[in-house]
Amino acid sequence: MSFLRSLADRERVFDFLVPAASPVDVRHGPILYLEDVTVSFDGFKAIDNLNLTIDDGELRCIIGPNGAGKTTMMDIITGKTRPDTGQVWFGSRHNLLTMNEPEIASLGIGRKFQKPTVFEALTVFENLELAMAADKRILPTLTAGMSGEIRDRIDEVLLTTGLAELSRRPAGILSHGQKQWLEIGMLLMQRPRLLLVDEPVAGMTEQEMERTAELLTGLAGKQSVVVVEHDMGFVRSIARQVTVLHQGSVLAEGNMDQVSSDPRVIEVYLGADADEEVA
Amino acid sequence: MWLTRPFNERATLTFLGVLLAAMILVTLLHVAVPQGHPLHVNAYTVNLFGKYLSYALLAVAVDLVWGYLGILSLGHGAFFALGGYAMGMYLMRQIGDRGVYGHPELPDFMVFLNWDSLPWYWAGFDMAWFAFLMVLLVPGALALVFGFLAFRSRVTGVYLSIITQALTFALMLAFFRNEMGFGGSDGLTDFREILGFNLRSNEARLGLFLASGVALAVGYVLCRAIVGSKLGRVCVATRDAEARTRFLGYRVERFQLFVFVVSAMLAGLAGALYVPQVGIINPSEFSPLFSIEIVLWVALGGRATLYGAVIGAILVNYAKTVFTGVMPDAWLFALGAMFVLVTVFLPKGVAGLLAYRIKRRRRPDDDGATGKEVSA
Repeated sequence: MSFLRSLADRERVFDFLVPAASPVDVRHGPILYLEDVTVSFDGFKAIDNLNLTIDDGELRCIIGPNGAGKTTMMDIITGKTRPDTGQVWFGSRHNLLTMNEPEIASLGIGRKFQKPTVFEALTVFENLELAMAADKRILPTLTAGMSGEIRDRIDEVLLTTGLAELSRRPAGILSHGQKQWLEIGMLLMQRPRLLLVDEPVAGMTEQEMERTAELLTGLAGKQSVVVVEHDMGFVRSIARQVTVLHQGSVLAEGNMDQVSSDPRVIEVYLGADADEEVA
Repeated sequence: MWLTRPFNERATLTFLGVLLAAMILVTLLHVAVPQGHPLHVNAYTVNLFGKYLSYALLAVAVDLVWGYLGILSLGHGAFFALGGYAMGMYLMRQIGDRGVYGHPELPDFMVFLNWDSLPWYWAGFDMAWFAFLMVLLVPGALALVFGFLAFRSRVTGVYLSIITQALTFALMLAFFRNEMGFGGSDGLTDFREILGFNLRSNEARLGLFLASGVALAVGYVLCRAIVGSKLGRVCVATRDAEARTRFLGYRVERFQLFVFVVSAMLAGLAGALYVPQVGIINPSEFSPLFSIEIVLWVALGGRATLYGAVIGAILVNYAKTVFTGVMPDAWLFALGAMFVLVTVFLPKGVAGLLAYRIKRRRRPDDDGATGKEVSA
């Protein structure tokens, strides 16, 4: 009887009706935690004993010469590559090494690839609409309408990326830089907790770089952002915290001034750059 | 509602208005204008227009998959022919015992082959509702199986075009065989009645013409609703960057399959309307050349517009009627020349030309405005 009464109790909220709490547990600080990660391809150690911690809301730049393991590191975080040893945690609850790519993506890790791919025949607005987290099965997609909430969300991202003026134009007419911003906007539509951005300013003009710097620094705080970039000027303009990778492990870490005055860093990376600047 | 959304678009309303006006005009000129009057439209012409409309529906079906999904199907004639055969089987059963051999149940060709009973797959085709359902279900089922296998294996581009071509070719060879039970190379013909109306009567011809018009309108609105929905945008996204769409979390192969099946069913419906109007269905409808010709109509009219497909189908088939009447040998050359000219001068087809003209008509106002600003 008491069981039946408990079923009829309207005050009671069953566990399965309670929305899952924020799936990512960041109470202990870091949102991303890599420990002693090693990957080797045919005996070559692409990542060698890498340790890296990204705090919630942090904007981190990763630099390093070609072959330092930057892209491999991104691949490990997104589940594309499995490390031979080591641990990778998202928050303090999710072991990324036990999950596949779509699972990791739906946890809230978004990745922007080097080459921007947007849907050129669709408008900027429609690009963002398709990217939005939603029920992506056939019938819900066929009958999907445009609610005020969705429109607000898209408008918000349009403002963030500075594409509001162009929202009704086909994405094909956008400049290279604008396409990059649209692609970042498409990632934002999925409300990621952690954004991995691979070489965002390659091929951009000075003004576009400045705008991208504003965009990425604006995101930090709300999202955690990890930027892999070659362009030292750009890194200097956005970075609070810089990690230098070399031969698959962390060579130096700190703010830009600390890092750029580190003699080892100058030797392996900045040295070449500095020479060029002198010349 | 996604299905009613097209009625808010001016382009759709214009299309439906033009179609409706044409249907009313032809009906009036046929019924109200006395025979012998220069404006009278005779039953033969009504029949011809009905045929064009069923071709137009077929072209819309092809444009849905080619224009919006990027799947160049060179085998859509197969779905058209299957719909046509389903209708043909119904019409054969309607002949009853009035065939040459006077058999109460078996069509003439079966008596001729010394068969003593109907094959199992002919069962039910004496009932109109069953046959009309099969018109949609048979092409739909073939598209479902074929598409499931093709899209799951991620067959795309030229390879997909080639296997659609192989599909229709294989079906043509199969339907040529007498043992298949579809009349072999002669196909199904000598139809008499549809739903109790004599097929040679003016009423039946007008009715079939109007039914083709209504089917075209319904098919057009359905396709327009699909391409105007979020699903339609996913299709365009798939067409332009399939891997990226997948990466956004859409199960691309399911979207392709859905649209492919809808398109096949529309093609089947077009075939079912075509067959009673021409009075015959035979394996030549499965011929790969016919399927390629459909793609030409869409290319000529303008891809990914839907109304372009309608314009292309009607224009090319009207030209074909005229040419084969005047200079039968020159038709293929004329078709080739049309295709070359359109590809060179109108890369977006006739629809592209229309859109350009409309834009130009609107632009002078803009120019005027800026001109004033400059002078002020």
